[in-house]
Amino acid sequence: MTNTLHRYSEHYAREPGEDASPVTDDYIVFAMASKGVNDDDLAAKYRAFLKLALEHDPVNIGDATHGGWLRPQRKLTPVNHWRRERRPDPETVLRGVDGPTTVAAVFDTYEKLRAFVLALAKADIGVSINIAAPMDAAQRCCRDVGLARHSVEYSVGFRGRVERLPEARTLELSTMCGHGMVSAAFARKMLDWVRENRRTPAEAAAYMARFCSCGVFNTRRAERLLEAARPGADRPAAGQGDRPGGSDSDPTAVR
Amino acid sequence: MGAIAVSPAINRAVVDADACVECFTCHRGMSKEHLNPTFVRAVRGLARLARFRFDPEPDVCPTDAIVPEELAWPRIVRRAFSDPQVPHESTGIHGRGTAEVKTNDVTGRVGTGEAGFVVEFGRPGIGARFRDIERMTTSLAALHVAFEPMNPVTTLMTDVARGTIRPDILGEKVLSAIVEIKVPFDRVPEVLACVRDVARRLDTVVAVGVSTRCHPDGSEPLRALLEREGYPAYRGKTNLGLGRVTVAGAGAPGKAAAAARPW
Repeated sequence: MTNTLHRYSEHYAREPGEDASPVTDDYIVFAMASKGVNDDDLAAKYRAFLKLALEHDPVNIGDATHGGWLRPQRKLTPVNHWRRERRPDPETVLRGVDGPTTVAAVFDTYEKLRAFVLALAKADIGVSINIAAPMDAAQRCCRDVGLARHSVEYSVGFRGRVERLPEARTLELSTMCGHGMVSAAFARKMLDWVRENRRTPAEAAAYMARFCSCGVFNTRRAERLLEAARPGADRPAAGQGDRPGGSDSDPTAVR
Repeated sequence: MGAIAVSPAINRAVVDADACVECFTCHRGMSKEHLNPTFVRAVRGLARLARFRFDPEPDVCPTDAIVPEELAWPRIVRRAFSDPQVPHESTGIHGRGTAEVKTNDVTGRVGTGEAGFVVEFGRPGIGARFRDIERMTTSLAALHVAFEPMNPVTTLMTDVARGTIRPDILGEKVLSAIVEIKVPFDRVPEVLACVRDVARRLDTVVAVGVSTRCHPDGSEPLRALLEREGYPAYRGKTNLGLGRVTVAGAGAPGKAAAAARPW
């Protein structure tokens, strides 16, 4: 489940530039157990993780087998087209944890990340805990909390037929569900709908989040990206509208 | 994948079975209204006649029209690699079925002086056929790398030493699949060069991750190496080392690696 490793930002653009803005609103912490090693009383351990996360104001939480706190609704009436429920439902996530899976929480500030990791270290739940984020932020967090990193995994970008990838802004949205459940076509459609003022960024972000089956879609970052896509919006220009591919000495690279 | 489109011949949505990767997103991700299909078509037809455009919720299927099919071999492979809510039988892990270094603190899977690679095909959103994956695995096998035995793609190999994959699934298309290998740390540039070279000849995209075990003080040599080689080292995963053995008799990290099956 490399579902959080390759979240696209302008740092992976062909020419990110010296001033590629750091991503400062997207920090994921997830827990993962190993069978026969630390999977005893697993549902309780995962619930403890999620309850701790809820104390630190996450933008999403989820369980990889059941979904995040925004989920598809199975029995709607036509009224939903005018009065749709968009409130997160953390209780359903907590209730749904029932065994082998991974659980995750997404935060939109470094301060929340640090506070949550500190709480996790004190709680000593026993399962493996990982941060998926810009590496500098994760390293800083470990230093601040007094932890030495155990292992690291770097995303080194996309290769191959990168000309088949969508444009950068779409990719930023769709890769926030690393499992690929938020299709690029749907993300593009949501960008268009926001530009056409047919939906608000918050509504469009919620639509996409419901497709993410593990709850790592960052609705706050999605809202920011959607808002920035409106005509005339103040936004960093790098990466916007550019196709990640290009032509240089290695035409198959997106970096 | 672009597998669903409205056929002008029958005026109904149809699924292109060859393009579909069986991710089940259309069935699971859509909210549903369970309205009468004849009624829905009539309303849409009237609106179309009057050149009205209804502006419905985009993630709602009004009729719950999509029904999952029972899949048989080899097509069932598509679902195992595309639907993150189906655990891989080989590893028991949901999603892409890999543990990488996410549980390295209790499994000791990637040790000091080693590097782990996750080479993911078809991501993001393009899809990949096993034919392309085999092109990469045979090239990597020629470098005499160690394929991770607890990995769904490895379990589908007919000859791990040569990196060949079962011939009956080579035409199957999946949303993404991950090959995991482990090499001594000093071979990282060689493997990266191989992946870069082979990726040029594939009909899909490849996303690459490289991992290593940190020193006791939390430092690690991988970032400097990647930057030296011209690769981005901006984003990634950091295992905090908070995992511990809690099952009686499971043993210490390293020992546990032989027996542990991460979820």
